[in-house]
Amino acid sequence: MSEEAVQTAVADAAVTPAAVPQSLGDLFWTFTRMSLQGFGGVLAIAQRELVERKQWMTREQFVETLSVSQVLPGPNVVNLSLMIGDRHFGLRGAFSALAGMLLIPLLVVLAITALYAQFATHPMVSGALRGMGAVSAGLVIATAFKLAVTLRRGPMGVPLSVLFGAVTFVAVGLLRWPLVWVLLALGPVAIALAWHRLKP
Amino acid sequence: MTAWFTTHSWADIGSLFGHFLMLSFLAIGGAITTTPEMSRYLVTERGWLSPPEFTASIAIAQAAPGPNVLFVAVLGWNVAGVMGAAAAMAGILIPSTALSLWATRWGQARKETRGVRAFTAGLAPITIGLLIATGWILSGPAAGHVGSMALVLGTVVMMVRTKLSPMWAVAAGAVAGALGFA
Repeated sequence: MSEEAVQTAVADAAVTPAAVPQSLGDLFWTFTRMSLQGFGGVLAIAQRELVERKQWMTREQFVETLSVSQVLPGPNVVNLSLMIGDRHFGLRGAFSALAGMLLIPLLVVLAITALYAQFATHPMVSGALRGMGAVSAGLVIATAFKLAVTLRRGPMGVPLSVLFGAVTFVAVGLLRWPLVWVLLALGPVAIALAWHRLKP
Repeated sequence: MTAWFTTHSWADIGSLFGHFLMLSFLAIGGAITTTPEMSRYLVTERGWLSPPEFTASIAIAQAAPGPNVLFVAVLGWNVAGVMGAAAAMAGILIPSTALSLWATRWGQARKETRGVRAFTAGLAPITIGLLIATGWILSGPAAGHVGSMALVLGTVVMMVRTKLSPMWAVAAGAVAGALGFA
């Protein structure tokens, strides 16, 4: 392949996922499976399942969809499930994915609520929860590393991407500023720069 | 805590629903960002939950699998059983669900336009920065503890380098923690 053809192939790989959900049941069970694996947050599992295992989305699409669900009110992964379901099967798909994400996990969490009072103070239980908490932190950090690769191909370019990523991390992670203000301050500047760089 | 069925009036259930309906619009970054307001309403204003009950409700949902938003169902359950859980979850989900569906359709129809491409491309690095910040905040309790920090680091390496299911890391974390290593 010529260099140009390789570049086109790379660009195609960024926009065309390898597979699509087969049915509403496929959506429901994929999201149920994902949700039930999500201890301390579902995002890391969502990336693994949707991009790597099922291949319904490319990494680029995952970052794009996540970015949009991030700035909308509501739980990110719930918004993500609605968007993916809607893209493939319309409203029925959106609600199948949403039901998968919430229904069975809701029953599990209420069952745990009923048992919690008896076991909460047991040292082995609290130890296990601490260990799982540390792992869920590692899962999110690993997801960030994997998705950061997509920025190399984006219109923002590496230096600007690193700058905006770092400022966001410092503001939210270190200074603990409220997310809404950080998004309102950085978002418009970043979007304006991307707009400028996408000049036809 | 609470029984299956509630002794609360329909007016109380209605106001629980209404309050979470309003909070849904403010929940940018997830329902967890509105916990200070939930605590003000449920604990201080209404007196439906004690402060330890409120904190325990969130801790339970964090320990269970599934999206973090399920803590809203646990809060509702602890206020008023099944009806409370249903009212709180419906309230927190209906506005944000409607808004996301509308926004995703609007965006999909215009995804090749310069405006929509600039929107998602501009936000992408901020999204990655937020993910790192989330990982950082979540690893806060592990700081200074060798076993816990090894779990965080080991998980990152395993996820980046191998195709193993994350469930193995979660199971290893639970066992290590139960044995007193975390």
